[in-house]
Amino acid sequence: MSRSFDQLDAKRGGIFAAVENWITGLGAVAIDAVVGIGDIGLFAFRTFAWLFTRLPSRETIIPNFYQIGVMSLPVVALTGMFIGMVLAVQSFAQFKQLHFETRLGGVINMSLVRELGPVLAATMLAGRVGSAMAAELGTMRVTEQIDALAAMGANPIHYLVVPRFLGCLVLIPTLTIMADFMGVVGGAFYSIVLLGIDEYHYWENSANFVKSFDLFSGVFKSIFFGAAIALLSCHRGFHCSPGAEGVGRAATSAFVVSFVSILGLDLMLGIILNQVYAFLYPEGMQFL
Amino acid sequence: MQFGSQVVLRDITLSIPRGQTVCIIGESGCGKTVLLKTLIGLIEATQGQALFDGRALTRLSERELALQRTRFGFVFQQAALFDSMSVADNIAFPLRQHTTKTSREMYDLVLQLLTDVGLPESAARKKPAELSGGMRKRVGLARALALSPEVVLYDEPTTGLDPIMSDVINELIIRTRQLYPVTSIVVTHDMHTTRKVPDRVIMLYPVMRLKQGERQVLFDGPPSELDACRDARVTQFVRGEAGERLMEMAEKRSTLASQS
Repeated sequence: MSRSFDQLDAKRGGIFAAVENWITGLGAVAIDAVVGIGDIGLFAFRTFAWLFTRLPSRETIIPNFYQIGVMSLPVVALTGMFIGMVLAVQSFAQFKQLHFETRLGGVINMSLVRELGPVLAATMLAGRVGSAMAAELGTMRVTEQIDALAAMGANPIHYLVVPRFLGCLVLIPTLTIMADFMGVVGGAFYSIVLLGIDEYHYWENSANFVKSFDLFSGVFKSIFFGAAIALLSCHRGFHCSPGAEGVGRAATSAFVVSFVSILGLDLMLGIILNQVYAFLYPEGMQFL
Repeated sequence: MQFGSQVVLRDITLSIPRGQTVCIIGESGCGKTVLLKTLIGLIEATQGQALFDGRALTRLSERELALQRTRFGFVFQQAALFDSMSVADNIAFPLRQHTTKTSREMYDLVLQLLTDVGLPESAARKKPAELSGGMRKRVGLARALALSPEVVLYDEPTTGLDPIMSDVINELIIRTRQLYPVTSIVVTHDMHTTRKVPDRVIMLYPVMRLKQGERQVLFDGPPSELDACRDARVTQFVRGEAGERLMEMAEKRSTLASQS
């Protein structure tokens, strides 16, 4: 029953019925949240268990890897390049006022490899692949194809989720590196060619400022983003409500939940990795 | 068996001997499909258990359950063919999962199964989206028979088909029983199927319409005795009469009108 009809019913029963209805609704939301978290935990556990017991066949892995990795490459490269150029555009005016134009490379490249590259690659993956996975698995659920898999003695998580999970886990680092690379190229092109910043000092400052740990931290974070995208999107698809509306909702919520998780994980991992950075490089960042 | 607070199946105790063909009939929402899915563990019963060869499916490990399921064939209501695969790949799917046959052997078996269900060899290369409803159901049946199951479960095999195609499916169910020594459980509300196909008919009634202490199984016997059943609810269903339902609907309408 739709929310508006619920409210109509509540009005019919008076203020007490409305309050009762509200408390019942609140309780249902709380229970759903706890059940949902537990369910995702079990889903993740089952997926991980298959990784250590039996890997999927090549026939299921290769098409998924192609969809996740190869087909995402152009869009990730393109957005990476644009974000590099946008960073140059937005930072140049401020840096020029301070006469620090040549330091632009350090800031652009640091922002890219530490934050924007991994987050952008993950966001593109969540939008392009996560929603598609949720919609595809949701349609399979609605049309009983997942039941058919189970009825034929195949494990749906092993057959459908594990190849997608592996694809996201293994290929997101390469997509991140591609986003980083194209961002660096885009930023350098705009700064050196269009803004006329000295090429030597641009790269010199970049090399001094950006450490290999920065590149590593971005790629390291991306692995967690990939795992979250695959698990959450597949979970949404597997637990899709019946009908076209259910499939649409699964696809949308897969992206929203994945995106929020990416940002949440980014914050948590950023704090942890900063501690590691401080331990490895006690002298801190030497920008000036 | 219940979903949330809604009880779908209550106190169902059935025993089906090997080789028997059983039709489970009943109006929509009475729990026929749920019962069928419970038999192979696609839905876990909230209470009670389904035994096959004396073993409860719920007590099996995941690996044992997968192996046990290969002894069943399930024909889904909408066929549930994998959209991304060709017809041949759909039929060969269980063979790839559970046998060590070569591609050639599998393809030969696929063509044999297609012939058994009355489809041309050219159908093997088609995608499920290119097939009619009747063809999809026949491919579903061919896929269900690929591992030579001991039990075949049919979920409304004739729903949505024209009368001729429905009869083709009925004949296929009968022929499958003759060709392979299978036990067949057919969920349907098609009375033509119910009279023609089974050795035994079981009729379920929706739990919400039952009185306290009444059994959910209203009829359990051969199809020839359906018309002679003393329970009016059974004869009404068999004849397709709305009966007191129209009165109930009129009462509900008048209650709603008086409330508003």
